[in-house]
Amino acid sequence: MTGFPETRGSLVAAMTSDDRRERARAFETLAGAYWRPVYTYVRFRFGRTHDEAADLTQDFFAKLAEDSLLARFDPKRARLRTYLRLVVDGLVANDVKAARRLKRGGGNRILSLDFEAVRREAEEARREGELSPEDLFEKEWVRSVFSLAVERLRDRYAASGHEKRFGLFSAFDLEEIVWSAHPRPSYQDLALRFGTTAVDVTNQLAAARRDFRGIVLEVLRELTVSDAEFRLEARALLGIEPAS
Amino acid sequence: MRLGDAALARLREAVRAPDLSGTPYRLVGPIGAGGMGAVFDVRDERLGRHVALKVVDVPLDGEAPAEELLREARVLAGLEHPGLVPVHDAGRLVDGRAFYAMKLVKGDRLDAHLARVPHLPERLRLFLRVCEPVAFAHAQGILHGDLKPSNVMVGSFGEVLVLDWGLARAFAAPGGETTARGAIGTPGFMAPEQFSGGAVDARADVFGLGALLDASLRVAPASPRPNALAAIVARATAEDRNGRYPDVASLAADVARLLDGERVEAHAEGAVERALRLLRRHRVAVGLVLAYLAVRGLFIFFRR
Repeated sequence: MTGFPETRGSLVAAMTSDDRRERARAFETLAGAYWRPVYTYVRFRFGRTHDEAADLTQDFFAKLAEDSLLARFDPKRARLRTYLRLVVDGLVANDVKAARRLKRGGGNRILSLDFEAVRREAEEARREGELSPEDLFEKEWVRSVFSLAVERLRDRYAASGHEKRFGLFSAFDLEEIVWSAHPRPSYQDLALRFGTTAVDVTNQLAAARRDFRGIVLEVLRELTVSDAEFRLEARALLGIEPAS
Repeated sequence: MRLGDAALARLREAVRAPDLSGTPYRLVGPIGAGGMGAVFDVRDERLGRHVALKVVDVPLDGEAPAEELLREARVLAGLEHPGLVPVHDAGRLVDGRAFYAMKLVKGDRLDAHLARVPHLPERLRLFLRVCEPVAFAHAQGILHGDLKPSNVMVGSFGEVLVLDWGLARAFAAPGGETTARGAIGTPGFMAPEQFSGGAVDARADVFGLGALLDASLRVAPASPRPNALAAIVARATAEDRNGRYPDVASLAADVARLLDGERVEAHAEGAVERALRLLRRHRVAVGLVLAYLAVRGLFIFFRR
């Protein structure tokens, strides 16, 4: 993909880097991938209120930033996301909330996160399905990985002057209303809407999906520690289920 | 940004699908997943036919799974036999994933098919047809390495195909050996020497076939297993490979003898067992003799 940065290494390694900016970037991505799963999990696994879950999510990331939690992660024993979920279990079980909030200055938040938005979505997801808290954690994690990838695709296309390509991708693959209530637009519909040809739509969408796939793998590469874990997660996200 | 459920499902589908740009193939749908990749039903627009496209999961140049997939394609392409799926094409997709295209076979996996085959002789005849392509591959110096019911397909026209040659390896047949690639295979179907990563030869596949035969006989509705058949399974799956049949042909020959009512090599039968076997084998002749004797007896009786 022209003009795209090279794939970055594991965030776990970046979190222990001497470069402050590198650490900050790694933390931002890690938080982007995990804050929704952690919030949802704390709410429904431990029956915490919205405010408590929001506080504990902040506590979790404060602990992640301060402690050597990630340095202790052993990829031979578990996936990173399983490890982090167990860290949440420990955090809630030990109920270190008060001490940590005090340490941060009486409940100061280290991350600016829109908990109100995720509150409604999480409650709806819980009502609609019979998913266990662990499954909800996994589902929210997958959603976060794909959401991060869409944001990166959008930013990179904006930087490289491919806004139309992102527009087509968004109209065909992202617009909820289009394909929850109506059939998806045909390539001809999109060609009329974007002032191009159906052949161009075909090519642009193929390129966008190819780039998107590459970015999903890039995000996964960052969120995993070993090749084996990366492959496992890639199969979980990109592989198909065996036929029944 | 937070994606909704519908958008998430759509994107997952989009990234799972192989990028077929620049190929003559058009995606029809997924078929299933194997050890290292997924298989899709695609239409070859050049020739107007459907083929199965096996694609490795993750597109990483130089990584082992891509090489393994292409190696599997080469192995299969080098083996032309009615019991093996022909390979049409191989290479890399624009998304970097390795692929190969092969004949699309419609049918059932052996274990599913056997549920509709209640009679023992029919099951044994199916087993003999599984042995054929394996013996053929051995003659070409190739071991399968992962023989099990789910790697055998019975097509809608009764064709029996041995699939998934992803763990196949070359060995210098006959009597040659190769080194097992670690404990790769399926527990329960993997020979002990293969499990331990030692040297393997044709007898590793004899073990796999014996385990496959054993599993085939257990599929419900299972019929009683004669002693001779139990002995064949035991010999094929012996812990020590020196105790097994030396090759697939010997195993198949013993099963064929059982089907024909002859004495099998793996089993030392007693006098009663032998008599019963001979009775079963020559039941027509025995029946005719008995009928003759009965008629003759009646004739003598009424002459008095």
